[in-house]
Amino acid sequence: MIKLESLVKKFTLGDETITAVNHADLEIDRGEFVAITGPSGSGKSTLMNIIGLLDTADEGVYMLEGMDVTKLTDDRQAEIRNEKIGFIFQSFCLLQKHTALENVMVPLLYRGIGEKEAGERARKILDIMRMGDRLKHLPNQLSGGQQQRVAIARALAGEPSLILADEPTGALDSRTGEELMNLLKQLNSVGQTIIMITHDEHIASRASRIVRIEDGILREEDRQ
Amino acid sequence: MNMLLTVRTALKNILGNRLRSGLTILGLVIGIASVILLVGLANGATQSINEEISSVGADLVSVYIYDSEHALTYEDLAPINKLEKVSGVTSYVSLDGSVTVGGKKVSGTELIGGGESYAGMMGYDIKFGRDLSRIDVENFTKCVMIGEKISTKYWNNANPCGKTLKINGDEYTVVGVIEGTGSSMGSNVDNLVILPVTTARYLNAESGITAFYIRAETEDDAEAVAKTVKKYLNKTHKLSSDYCDVTTQKMMIEAVNEINRTMTLLFGGIASISLLVGGIGVMNVMLVSVTERTREIGIRKSLGAKKRDILWQFLVESVVLSLLGGTIGILAGLLFGRIAILAGAFFAPGIGMIALSFAVSVFVGLVFGSLPAYRAAKMKPVEALRYE
Repeated sequence: MIKLESLVKKFTLGDETITAVNHADLEIDRGEFVAITGPSGSGKSTLMNIIGLLDTADEGVYMLEGMDVTKLTDDRQAEIRNEKIGFIFQSFCLLQKHTALENVMVPLLYRGIGEKEAGERARKILDIMRMGDRLKHLPNQLSGGQQQRVAIARALAGEPSLILADEPTGALDSRTGEELMNLLKQLNSVGQTIIMITHDEHIASRASRIVRIEDGILREEDRQ
Repeated sequence: MNMLLTVRTALKNILGNRLRSGLTILGLVIGIASVILLVGLANGATQSINEEISSVGADLVSVYIYDSEHALTYEDLAPINKLEKVSGVTSYVSLDGSVTVGGKKVSGTELIGGGESYAGMMGYDIKFGRDLSRIDVENFTKCVMIGEKISTKYWNNANPCGKTLKINGDEYTVVGVIEGTGSSMGSNVDNLVILPVTTARYLNAESGITAFYIRAETEDDAEAVAKTVKKYLNKTHKLSSDYCDVTTQKMMIEAVNEINRTMTLLFGGIASISLLVGGIGVMNVMLVSVTERTREIGIRKSLGAKKRDILWQFLVESVVLSLLGGTIGILAGLLFGRIAILAGAFFAPGIGMIALSFAVSVFVGLVFGSLPAYRAAKMKPVEALRYE
């Protein structure tokens, strides 16, 4: 489903040019649960941004579901992000002034779905996430774990091909983190493709496949 | 995302920080409120003046001679009466004097000298008695017509004709009472005391006639009569436009309207300046708001918002904010106008002015919101998400 061929991404900081991603090759099939691990500064965030179409590679090829998405316009990237990719961020990234329900509706509304239908779909997915009784809550009225569940509901609402999770348990305590990882494993078991970035080896081991990145270079680790 | 939802979200953001939003639109509110109030007052005054001018009749031509050296005599008026399309001429002089009835001083009276058939010429209705006649004028008779208020005050509802009053100690006989109509041609009819223009010599050092009114046969003839009279005065009495003014009611109304137009433009100009300042205020706050919400923009983009979605979101917010300011400004202006009416002023806000104010609010929101909205739309999602 995802194919990265010799991907390169460089950044210039003053006079220095840093190669964040150095000729990365990666293939991920539908239904895989992949963890990308590495120390900070290794380029894993950059790699994730490129996979998530939040950034564009300088060289190489990125194929997503058979489509060449290497060099797209900002608007086209936004469209594909909306259709195919669901994000889960470390700090939840919910809209603070909107309720849980409204937060989950946002990607659907940007897709052009009407308010009524978006509301129904959002409600359904929040029910599945066991947040059905907190639809009208604002993020600051929810615990960390609850917020992350809303974030996952939001990521799943649009039925994306791919879930991209950036340190999903980073802001949670270990117990809630465990619950979250169980949830992700559950989603994966019914066929959801998940790519997870983490620096935590223990969390990484929950995935079915680990890919290591260091100084921009990818190395396959284990397949479980 | 549909329009209604975008507007609702915009309102949520605006009302979520009431103090900031309120202060932001204050410039707009004040600008628009002052325009509505000032233009409304100008319009109201104009309307009321024009009503007064019209009430006398559009067939009236007024002649004022500025230079008393060029004043006419009573006899000079007769040939004017014979000019084409003229149906009547009457002269007028403003006087000073103290009026007493039965030893008691009458206050608030307006003393004037009028030519023959003065009341008829001015369109006043006679309640008791008769108008001033030619005989009165030619014989310098000491008679007066009085306004209804004076008649009612001193003789109740009885006919005061034949009774006397004193002006500067001299006795004058009441021959007619004019029905009250309020204000007309700058005089308060109810309090008028009119003596024959010739008799007025006893009260007035000047013996010449410097003001008279001419009735044209029909309203449409007024302009032609004015021209004829002007030519006649120039030829016969060497009265060029330097010395005298010949106007029709229509010209007076036009003159008043012209002043109103100028004042409206002036107010509009001043208001534009304050709207510019108000708009800059909106732009400033929107720029800050965009920076504050960088993360939110990043999140929205990551969820699939395109550039135009973000642009639209902030532009709508800016327009809603400005429209809110405009609406409050209009309401405030109308409210103060109401208060002005209670204080006795005339206030007539045109629907055009109100509609224009709405339109201007929207325009200000669009123009001054475009830079912030553009900045927001251009943000790169990765950088925006990193913003604390």
